Amino acid sequence: MIAYIIRRILVAILLMFIIIAVTFSIFFLVPRLAGASPDDLASRYVGRTAGAEQIHATAERLGFNDPLPVQYGRFVKGLVAGEDRDLGPITEHCPAPCFGYSYVTQSPVWPELLDRLPVTISLAAGAAVLWLFGGVTIGIISAQRRGTVFDRASMGVALAGVSMPIFFTGLLLLTIFSYKLGLTAPGGSYTPFQVNPARWAYDLILPWVALAFLYAAGYARLTRAGMLETMNEDYIRTARAKGLPERRVVLKHGLRSTLTPIVTIFGLDLGLLLGGAILTESTFSLPGIGKYAVDAVTNNDLPKVLGVTLVAAFFVIFASLVVDILYAVIDPQVRLG
Amino acid sequence: MTDAGQQPPRRRPAAEPAQRSQPAGSAEPTDWLQPTDLPGTADGPGRVDRAGQGSHRRHHRREAGPLLEDHPGPHAAPPDRFLEVRDLRVRFPTHDGLVRSVDGLSFGLERGRTLGIVGESGSGKSVTSLAIMGLHEKTGAKISGEIWLDGEELLGMSSEEVRQRRGQKMAMIFQDPLSSLHPYYKVGDQIIEAYRIHVDATKKQARKHAIDLLGRVGIPQPAKRVDDYPHQFSGGMRQRAMIAMALSCDPSLLIADEPTTALDVTVQAEILDLIRDLQSEFGSAVIIITHDLGVVAELADTILVMYAGRGAEYGSAEDIFHRPQHPYTWGLLGSMPRLDRTGAERLIPIPGTPPSLIRMPPGCAFHPRCRYEELNGGLSSTEVPAMIEAEPGHQVACHLPVETRRRIWETEIKPQLAGERTEAR
Repeated sequence: MIAYIIRRILVAILLMFIIIAVTFSIFFLVPRLAGASPDDLASRYVGRTAGAEQIHATAERLGFNDPLPVQYGRFVKGLVAGEDRDLGPITEHCPAPCFGYSYVTQSPVWPELLDRLPVTISLAAGAAVLWLFGGVTIGIISAQRRGTVFDRASMGVALAGVSMPIFFTGLLLLTIFSYKLGLTAPGGSYTPFQVNPARWAYDLILPWVALAFLYAAGYARLTRAGMLETMNEDYIRTARAKGLPERRVVLKHGLRSTLTPIVTIFGLDLGLLLGGAILTESTFSLPGIGKYAVDAVTNNDLPKVLGVTLVAAFFVIFASLVVDILYAVIDPQVRLG
Repeated sequence: MTDAGQQPPRRRPAAEPAQRSQPAGSAEPTDWLQPTDLPGTADGPGRVDRAGQGSHRRHHRREAGPLLEDHPGPHAAPPDRFLEVRDLRVRFPTHDGLVRSVDGLSFGLERGRTLGIVGESGSGKSVTSLAIMGLHEKTGAKISGEIWLDGEELLGMSSEEVRQRRGQKMAMIFQDPLSSLHPYYKVGDQIIEAYRIHVDATKKQARKHAIDLLGRVGIPQPAKRVDDYPHQFSGGMRQRAMIAMALSCDPSLLIADEPTTALDVTVQAEILDLIRDLQSEFGSAVIIITHDLGVVAELADTILVMYAGRGAEYGSAEDIFHRPQHPYTWGLLGSMPRLDRTGAERLIPIPGTPPSLIRMPPGCAFHPRCRYEELNGGLSSTEVPAMIEAEPGHQVACHLPVETRRRIWETEIKPQLAGERTEAR
């Protein structure tokens, strides 16, 4: 068990380094291969009015003229240990992990990302709780009442849920509940949890519902299919033969097996969302990582894009690591493998 | 369907062979005892209290009682046998038609005795056992008839009443112990759950009970293996664990549905021995369901041969192995491999295939495959034969006259089985 976990962690670290190398190549090697000179790269860091002399000096200062392996070493060192950068009159510290400086704000990317992370985590976690409980509950009831009106209706809604994009459901919810009925906060509202938990939930309820609706639909279908299969297993018959009440047969013996694949998918979905729920954050104008990424791409702000890419990759790798370890806990047959 | 001739064997004398039958021997049973005189019946001296909890458990057992008067129906007389199945019918409506899985089956079983139900796949053996356990719920099965267990009629009960008896009064072990145990729960926890659902015991008591049971079914180091998962057990050990689970509440009826089919040949005999030993120790009545006559030869006091959802022949193991009267039983005996016959001889298969349970042949369901069908002037293809007592305690559902059947057995089948004439048909 311990060896299994250590092995998984080592694999995850290795994977992270591979992703860093690939990302670095895409951001620094590919432009060079495509014919961009160090001065072209440096031109991003200076004002529009800067002359060739100034650009050249900036390129020199930022190390764009160094050989690529040296640049890569400096990049990784910055990620791990942070970096002090000479910006002319002042020396600015870029704390680890240093993704570089925003072209636009000239400030390090990581602190900006840190500011936005709570928004994204709040959004993803709240929605995840909603969709996990909602989706699984509906799936169980649907499987138990297969072919009934409830089953057909909820599966119909589920189909609608997976089909409708979030910018549609999100805007619909905003229009009805915020602007028409005035029951919820309008788009763009966010109050940090530590400031006012009630307000935090009030501001986030619509994004949670919109996002959860999208995912709950899939989870309901998955749970239903899994339960229908599991309830035909021999060990369910054994559980009934013991004289267990049907409720316990379903919730303990049936759900246990069905939940195993769901936990896997749940972990990966959550990891992906932590890297930024781009559409949801844009629809509700939430200042999270997804919105940050959209702004970065719009402004061609490469260091920001790089930062978001690596942070998102980290969350996905971390989530799949947690899922792997969790899997060993829920499925005893994995432990030997 | 025509069931004019189909009559359940009511008021059959409750006679059982006194000794465990020995099909390989040739002695005729001469003394018949009332089964209550036998040692090892449910409340007799063979019963063992485990860990001083016997009285505790008995306290929780439900008393039979007022339900009898409430239950309507023509046969509502309380039976004198421990288990009495009367005119059981189990049908499954499907898109293709009504599947008659069990079609008017009657049999009985005394406490502490073993009944073997034998038949091909689809003959209704398992469906019958699931009907007794009340496990046909949610399958859309239509069940009629009567199932009396210890003075209580099960089919007239609510599903909650049957559930309370499941696992406690009647327990079941299944064919494939790997798929029948939950892969995600420890073996011990599954036994503990089976125990605590019916018995008011603490977790610690239940765990001690589970370890005790695992030891008794022959699991080495039970205190350690109780925390293993099913995949850490071998096939034979899994079936032992299943048996331990089934016996956890000391059921008075144990149904074993093909308990050895999924196991290695070497393990099969061990499991059968275990069932026999535990039966004498616990005093349960046992129903062994199998397609393998060798299995029932080892264990059963009485044997019911089923064909296409109906009883074909019912009698003591002596009757079935030494004086069988139904052509289907002859076929089964002929297709059973035996070591005492020389290797050059061939098995004698039954020609044809079992009938469709949706479109059953008219008359005797076996007549299209029967070699002797012409001997009674076409009666077999028009009328369903009733289970009629040919000898005391030996019932046969066949239109052939008893004398004819005896003659065929003595002059034709018996010599053939003995290996004197072995040419396959």
